[in-house]
Amino acid sequence: MQWETVIGLEVHVQLATRSKIFSGASTAFGAEPNTQACAVDLGLPGVLPVLNEQAVAMAVQFGLAVHADIPEVSVFDRKNYFYPDLPKGYQTSQMYHPIVGAGEVEITLDDGTTKRIRIHHAHLEEDAGKSLHEDFHGMTGIDLNRAGTPLLEIVSEPDMRNAKEAAAYLKAIHSIVTYLGISDGNMAEGSMRCDVNVSVRPKGQEAFGTRAEIKNVNSFRFVERAIAFEVERQIELIEDGGKVVQETRLFDPERDETRSMRTKEEANDYRYFPCPDLLPVVLDQAYLEHLRSQLPELPADKRARFQAALGLSAYDANVLSASREMAEFFEEVHRVCGDAKQAANWVQGELSGALNRENLSITNSPVSARQLGELISRVLDDTINGKAAKEVFQALWNGQGESADEVIETKGLKQVTDSGAIEAMIDQVIAESPAQVAQYRDSEPEKRGKMIGYFVGQVMKASRGTANPQQVNGLLKEKLDALL
Amino acid sequence: MHDKTVTQLAAALKSGEFSSRELTSHFLQRIEQADGTLNSFITVTAEQALNQADVADQARAAGNAGALAGIPLALKDIFCTHGVKTTCGSKMLDNFIAPYDATVVEKLSAAGTISLGKTNMDEFAMGSSNENSYFGAVKNPWDLSAVPGGSSGGSAAAVAAGLVPAAMGTDTGGSIRQPAAFCGITGLKPTYGRVSRYGIIAYASSLDQAGPMARSAEDCAHLLNVIAGHDVRDSTSVARGVPDYTETLNAPLSGLKIGLPKEYFGDGLDPEVEKAVREAVKVYESLGATVREVSLPHTHYAIPAYYVIAPAEASSNLSRYDGVRFGHRCDAPADLIDLYTRSRAEGFGEEVKRRILIGTHTLSEGFFDAYYTKAQKVRRLIRQDFLDAFEDVDVLMGPASPTPAFDLGAKKDPVSMYLQDIYTIAVNLAGIPGISVPAGFAGGRPIGLQILGTHFAEAQLLNVAHQFQQATDWHLKRPAFAEENA
Repeated sequence: MQWETVIGLEVHVQLATRSKIFSGASTAFGAEPNTQACAVDLGLPGVLPVLNEQAVAMAVQFGLAVHADIPEVSVFDRKNYFYPDLPKGYQTSQMYHPIVGAGEVEITLDDGTTKRIRIHHAHLEEDAGKSLHEDFHGMTGIDLNRAGTPLLEIVSEPDMRNAKEAAAYLKAIHSIVTYLGISDGNMAEGSMRCDVNVSVRPKGQEAFGTRAEIKNVNSFRFVERAIAFEVERQIELIEDGGKVVQETRLFDPERDETRSMRTKEEANDYRYFPCPDLLPVVLDQAYLEHLRSQLPELPADKRARFQAALGLSAYDANVLSASREMAEFFEEVHRVCGDAKQAANWVQGELSGALNRENLSITNSPVSARQLGELISRVLDDTINGKAAKEVFQALWNGQGESADEVIETKGLKQVTDSGAIEAMIDQVIAESPAQVAQYRDSEPEKRGKMIGYFVGQVMKASRGTANPQQVNGLLKEKLDALL
Repeated sequence: MHDKTVTQLAAALKSGEFSSRELTSHFLQRIEQADGTLNSFITVTAEQALNQADVADQARAAGNAGALAGIPLALKDIFCTHGVKTTCGSKMLDNFIAPYDATVVEKLSAAGTISLGKTNMDEFAMGSSNENSYFGAVKNPWDLSAVPGGSSGGSAAAVAAGLVPAAMGTDTGGSIRQPAAFCGITGLKPTYGRVSRYGIIAYASSLDQAGPMARSAEDCAHLLNVIAGHDVRDSTSVARGVPDYTETLNAPLSGLKIGLPKEYFGDGLDPEVEKAVREAVKVYESLGATVREVSLPHTHYAIPAYYVIAPAEASSNLSRYDGVRFGHRCDAPADLIDLYTRSRAEGFGEEVKRRILIGTHTLSEGFFDAYYTKAQKVRRLIRQDFLDAFEDVDVLMGPASPTPAFDLGAKKDPVSMYLQDIYTIAVNLAGIPGISVPAGFAGGRPIGLQILGTHFAEAQLLNVAHQFQQATDWHLKRPAFAEENA
């Protein structure tokens, strides 16, 4: 039997507001437990929520970025359940009238083709606190610093057909929210996490199979691995005559498997109803237009422009537009040196290689975009050759100079184009290499081309790499041929 | 001193007849003598009150005292008070000390008033008789065998007995107006959103509203001037200017159009209450008002709709009392579920549990549309009834309660208790303001006239109530208890 996988994602994005969604407490990560929880976050009697306007603006910007319908009115609902890290006994969320309606995003697959994934809706909600199970000797500690942090939950349609598409979708969402600056997208700190809905069905069948929901997956890699495991589990189960049950599962990255958490029968009845402490959110057209006018160029537009206006390949355009930081770095390099192809090569080659080796992000690059742009300019105007350029890059990386020009100056890497100086070096090399000259002379004419490499290397060495290689090549050939 | 209204006390403080410290001491002494019988206070803050009185006296000496500086008041124990126990009448919060003041409390202290303490109430404001308090029932000073009304019964009884000149209450389904009626005082429930709910322990958020309880409409106007207004900490408080409610108290009533809802004069209405209300209406006619009968056709759906919406919100609002962070926690819980169930079973009283269960049920999957959604539709119809009526008349009048105060322990069946609020509950569902003023007696127990206005018509209600009090003396009557225990 041929099986088809159906995947839908619920992505939780922590919005980068300064304060919480319903209180003035700070949202900064990593503070001492319970130092960033005010009376509102603690759910003390009598306190009331006040909606953070910045969170609304961020949610709407996301909606605009994915071409979604933005309803004029959205409403906050209470989702009622008991848990020690849920201070009020309910989570304020949006069930019936979310702030962002249906939209779509485009994902790029490995073969360079694109696919549209529909977004069902996105809604605002508050995060819960955290239960701490270590260090409490059989008891549980509660940290409410995270309680009330604004989340945007983005719910896709079940449009993905394999793990790679799911990961590509997650990356696309990541890229959009970081471009918008509405989230730091830091998955390790939980700023972005997702629930994955997976089912399988015989190829050609229209009806969906029974799905399992895998909770709280927090890396691109884990999404792929959790889906891969889950698909295999479900297919094996059905092929062995079993049935998939609707349930919530957890992915265990240590053992690379998913495990049952609770079945549908144990599911909560959340008793949603409109929160009477908050007024409906009403957004007028002028406000939407104001937010629209503030949108940055988004990854899909950037990708298209990089290809059309800068002549980059689809591959290059895709890599360079994937993150806002990468794109901004590349664009600055390009602005300084004026050559898109060279800028793309350097950013993806020398720079990315060095960053990867030292596990640095591009925002922490020791070589700035301006420095790299100037370095490329010096290659383009023949001040230095390619070999010297790599040396200059390394020097800048190590902080041995403020600019490419300074490094070229102090290291004496300026390309020698004075033909008199080059001729003198060539004469000396020829004089010091009688055996090689004899060999050159005795060779078949068609093999001499290869042999010239030895002489070029010697001259370059004598010039400490600064001689213009094309010039060296030309002059050497003249002089050696004169000896025939 | 305890016979004077807030208005009279303010004048006496201003003229130097006595100091705020003397006034405060006088009331504290009365509380000490009488409250053992009455049980109208849960917490008395004598020391803090005297300190506040000294501050008020100093401000007056320095010439910068506000209109109400130095006036003692009491607060229903539903208002959070910084550093003072706030129990909401529940064992659940018997140990709760709020780290902040409710906005109403903040505004009252900024105006220089003094808090004598926190008054008794039905647990989490759920009740019509003040018999649901963890701290015991309050007695009606007019007749110690009668209830004072609920849930602001402690505030009403304390004012009626002259233990405090005025007090703050809250009204979710009639909890200011009904105890005011039972205790023979004046109680105003303002428009929903007129007074901030911040720091008021929530019962049913879309219905709760704080308001003043005092001897006269004039006193209520002075107090509303202080507590009304928009609060950035309460998203449902309305951003709208606050008029000076005392300025229009003496506007003449000639031409006033009064509507009598026929549904408020039907079965179950005590004949003596009806008689008193109709007599009061005659007084208005003598003041130049015209009267006509109107209809509020959806009135009989008000109690069922209320007992869906209020418990639904309450079941959610009261989820935070789980024994985890504050309030009552059971001893040695075996596990998490045990911690929740035992803490809540031990901390909540019977009526609170009943309403939590009703609310949890009506919000449940499969019942939500049949109950909650339907009740919200009924609520809109009820609101529309009032708006339609106010197209034709300026105010509506009727009884605040179908009977005068009943005996302690008389109503054993919860539904018969719920029916006590038949004339007050629709007002909360509609969000309009209402006031209850003393209008007679039956068997020695007071009767309240309820006056209703459209949204934000508080100034008009106070004017209409004040003019009645200029023409009658029902509000000047004092229970014998007030003198016997002086």
